[in-house]
Amino acid sequence: MAILEVKGLCKNFGSLVAASDINISVDDHEVVGIIGANGAGKTTFVNLVTGYLKPTRGTISFNGRNITSMPPRAIINSGISRSFQVPQVFGSATIFDNVLIALGIAHDGKFPIWRPLRRADLVVTTDQILERFGIAANRDHVANQVSQGVRKLMDIAMATVHRPRLLLLDEPTSGVSVEQKFEIMDVIMGALRSEKITVLFVEHDMDIIARYATRVVAFYDGTIIADGLPQQVIDDPHVRRYIIGEQLRLKAEA
Amino acid sequence: MAADRTIPYIAGALIVACVACPFVPSWVVFIGIVSLAKGLVVLGLLVLWRTGLVSFGQSLYYALGGYAVGLAYRYGGLTDVFVAVILAAVVAGAVAFVLGFLLAGYRDLFFAMLSLAFAMILYGVLVKSESLGSTDGFTIPVPTFAGLGPGEEIAQIMLFVFTAACILAACYATQRYLSSTAGHLTTAIRDNEIRVEYLGYSVKRAIHTKYVIAAILAGVGGALVSLSVGHIDPEMTYWTTAGEFVFVAILSGSASVAAPFVGSVLFELTRSYAMQYTPLTWHMVLGAALLLLIMFLPNGLWSLFGKSARVQ
Repeated sequence: MAILEVKGLCKNFGSLVAASDINISVDDHEVVGIIGANGAGKTTFVNLVTGYLKPTRGTISFNGRNITSMPPRAIINSGISRSFQVPQVFGSATIFDNVLIALGIAHDGKFPIWRPLRRADLVVTTDQILERFGIAANRDHVANQVSQGVRKLMDIAMATVHRPRLLLLDEPTSGVSVEQKFEIMDVIMGALRSEKITVLFVEHDMDIIARYATRVVAFYDGTIIADGLPQQVIDDPHVRRYIIGEQLRLKAEA
Repeated sequence: MAADRTIPYIAGALIVACVACPFVPSWVVFIGIVSLAKGLVVLGLLVLWRTGLVSFGQSLYYALGGYAVGLAYRYGGLTDVFVAVILAAVVAGAVAFVLGFLLAGYRDLFFAMLSLAFAMILYGVLVKSESLGSTDGFTIPVPTFAGLGPGEEIAQIMLFVFTAACILAACYATQRYLSSTAGHLTTAIRDNEIRVEYLGYSVKRAIHTKYVIAAILAGVGGALVSLSVGHIDPEMTYWTTAGEFVFVAILSGSASVAAPFVGSVLFELTRSYAMQYTPLTWHMVLGAALLLLIMFLPNGLWSLFGKSARVQ
């Protein structure tokens, strides 16, 4: 059953077309990898679905409900969550406090004025989340002073505290060393599997796409040029020409 | 987790001060009421400051509190402190609730200047209105306490005790608020508004709530000062008054709910002695004190007490 339905989605920034007639349907429990060269429209798509940007045209439905142009917090409260390419965390707080605050908001709802945040049930759950995401060792470190990998995991952990049905991860392994990429993806996917969350993740690394995605959507120039099983999409001639070929060229130039 | 002892310490200090009241000169009691009441305004600034917002317009609510008391007496004959303080809190809170819809959308300098603009609008209205006392303002009689009308000296002591009770209640409520999820959103919003929105909470609503809380505290502070001084005038909302509150906030630091009261008492004492011994250069003494403080204690006086009493 489809939980996300996107129809005719367009986004223009003046004369620049960032997204053009995007149509996609995502089923429950799918793990969808989104690939594309820089500027292909991947992050724009994530931003449109999560309310960071308002579409020029088109509709986005989640769980049968039209969420087009809704503000981010309304979309989050409807059951979608996201992480960011640049981790969005509370820099001056510890890792523990970051997750605890996120958990407090998720538990205490719209008027979290009176109940103390540091109460036993939330503290225990926070420690469990840190354990599940493999960042318990950094519990008392300040967010601004930890590695990018830990910040990424913390960002994703915070995005999952209110148990979303759909999670969008924007380049979860960017800025992380090649050796750590699989390690981090194993932690993320392991943590999300137990929550039975449908996942859309933006990724450049085809090895990661092949290993973790159950379906791949390829973006080029603001449109979808391929959509299917990972190997089918990776072998697609357009994908090889415009995305994989481009990545190989950039690697060779580097 | 070690239990936070801030509130018991504040309660202990206030009880000692109340017991000492009958044995100290009346000018000490007067300075005590004024400085503690102004500390309430600074406590509200602390809540905003932890969110990364500095309001240069808390004098608006300080004056509204004072004028609510004054006008209630002038046009309704009300002199009871309990009614006065509740009225001041309601008026300040209601005005802040309305203005908050606009101010919650602004940050940094824009928030500071817009809040100041509202304070100066009230100043203009007060100065031009004969019915509101114009530039001279008007006097308020010695307050009554639930029907009791003691003499001036006893009333001053009773007002000190009442002020102490208000401060204890405000500190407890603020401490409780800052320890809650909503309270922790103060530093969270300062660090990253995007993340707060993407956790499903409205940043605007959070700031609006904090603005109203700060205004209520300022309104109560204004009411207590007016009852103690026995006079209100437009100077209460002038920018220099607003600046004084920000000055004391910097002096105090934002680490504890007790800090504004320590800072406020020290400020009033420093000012009183500076005015007495250097009547022509007392501004310079205060300026030098602030300069030294910023250089050697950038996190305010409370940083001397370390982390033991931080609001968690």
